[in-house]
Amino acid sequence: MSDLAWIDAAITAARPQAVGALLRYFRDLDTAEEAFQDACLRALRKWPANGPPRDPAAWLIMVGRNAAIDATRRRKKLTALPDEEQLSDLEDAEAALAEGLDGAHYRDDVLRLLFICCHPDLPTTQQIALALRIVSGLSVRQIARAFLVGESAMEQRITRAKRVIGGAGVAFEAPGPVERAERLGTVAAMVYLVFNEGYSAGAAEAATRGSLCEEAIRLARLLLRMFQTEPEIMGLTALMLLQHSRARARFDAEGAVVLLDDQDRSLWNRELIAEGLALIDKAMRHQRPGAYQIQAAIAATHARAERPEDTNWAAIDRLYAVLERIEPSPVVTLNRAVAVSKTQGPEAALALIEPLGNRLSGYFHFFGARGAFLMQLGRTREAREAFGQAIALANTPAEAAHIRQHLDRLAADSS
Amino acid sequence: MQYAILCYNDEDIVWSWSKEEDDAVMARLGVVHDRLIEQGKFGAGIRLLPTTAATTLRKNADPPIVVDGPYAETKEQLLGFYIIDVENLEEALDVCRELTKANPGGAYEVRPLALFVPGTQIG
Repeated sequence: MSDLAWIDAAITAARPQAVGALLRYFRDLDTAEEAFQDACLRALRKWPANGPPRDPAAWLIMVGRNAAIDATRRRKKLTALPDEEQLSDLEDAEAALAEGLDGAHYRDDVLRLLFICCHPDLPTTQQIALALRIVSGLSVRQIARAFLVGESAMEQRITRAKRVIGGAGVAFEAPGPVERAERLGTVAAMVYLVFNEGYSAGAAEAATRGSLCEEAIRLARLLLRMFQTEPEIMGLTALMLLQHSRARARFDAEGAVVLLDDQDRSLWNRELIAEGLALIDKAMRHQRPGAYQIQAAIAATHARAERPEDTNWAAIDRLYAVLERIEPSPVVTLNRAVAVSKTQGPEAALALIEPLGNRLSGYFHFFGARGAFLMQLGRTREAREAFGQAIALANTPAEAAHIRQHLDRLAADSS
Repeated sequence: MQYAILCYNDEDIVWSWSKEEDDAVMARLGVVHDRLIEQGKFGAGIRLLPTTAATTLRKNADPPIVVDGPYAETKEQLLGFYIIDVENLEEALDVCRELTKANPGGAYEVRPLALFVPGTQIG
């Protein structure tokens, strides 16, 4: 790997901790980001010659802090700038000090940095954009591409979002255990939003938006390293790993959605599956079930099946039943109905979703599933009607195309 | 002499590699692996999942205590290891130097083996 690629990787990895610590020092996001940028520029000058420091994050924190203090002094014209060589001579000793200072704050710094992106006044798309900019360090252009909007529009959105959180006031004292757990829950939800931004992208956009899935997994691993004993963070990480493991099998060559049953399972990423299954195993030992863990366990049940017909649908039915209890939602019941259709047949599945009609009257998947159950029961006319409603509600051309395949099959069967 | 080469690096960095970077590193390492295999010196090469997937059983208590995470919290983590069979330490270090060219950063610890019990072929 070239020097620059190595430095880039080191800076990306150190970014959440370094910007988080600088935010704690300066209590101002713009100052913290500028200080970090300054430190990165110095790293690009110093590291190729001197070799990488042992702890890049501590180096960037210390140098960033000095740079920002210098800048303030320069503005106030109080003292002359210290000689840069002198500054860097001190760096090693100071970095050791910074490491000692910051080790204890590390978790809360990174958590705070993620948490301020989750301000409730911000719409979720802005929360995601802000996290990608501040925590992940993606450029505005990269984020704009991922959201399929222009660069200047994204720049404005991020500026507006920063203004909201700037005026909101952030708690800088270390949070208590209850507050820390609440923050962690909020942040976990935001990380999953980042993932879903990437996951919900169609085949055509997967190249640019798919990287959001990888970024979300990176953030989840970071959270998990800080909160090693939290089963829900294990569950969230496992869930995303298992879902992302199917990335290459989810679309066909024409970009149409390939459903789980029809996917070429040899295209599933075995390494991601292994990591996901390992994390689920670890989480289960805690016997503290939560929504992410259960969804991950469902994904794990699919991942363990070598062929679709090996799927343990009874286990999936049971897991959805637990999910219905802890996080009741019509969408969960709808998903459970799919498992019920496999274990008890389409009639039982249809009975399960019949009461959901009012609440899911605008939901594409409701009519897709209803149509499929009706089709299995041979109630062709009603199936056709449900599929028609599904197409009207489709969110992407790929979803509509998938339903049209069903309609074609119905037409072929009746002719 | 049989050696283990323990591979340490910052997993934040290694697991932040894009797929292209990862593939490029693995391709370069593959060249070194292939040569060692050809020479009958390559016992095994193991890449570990991140430490977040690790569980540690502490057996200084009875019954042993199971805790989440790796044995030790370190700046650089054990990310994998090789088992090789070479003439002496110098040759083992030469192998490390070659691996370093393919994948710089971090450190290799060369540990002579005291016992090697070959198992059945797995995986």
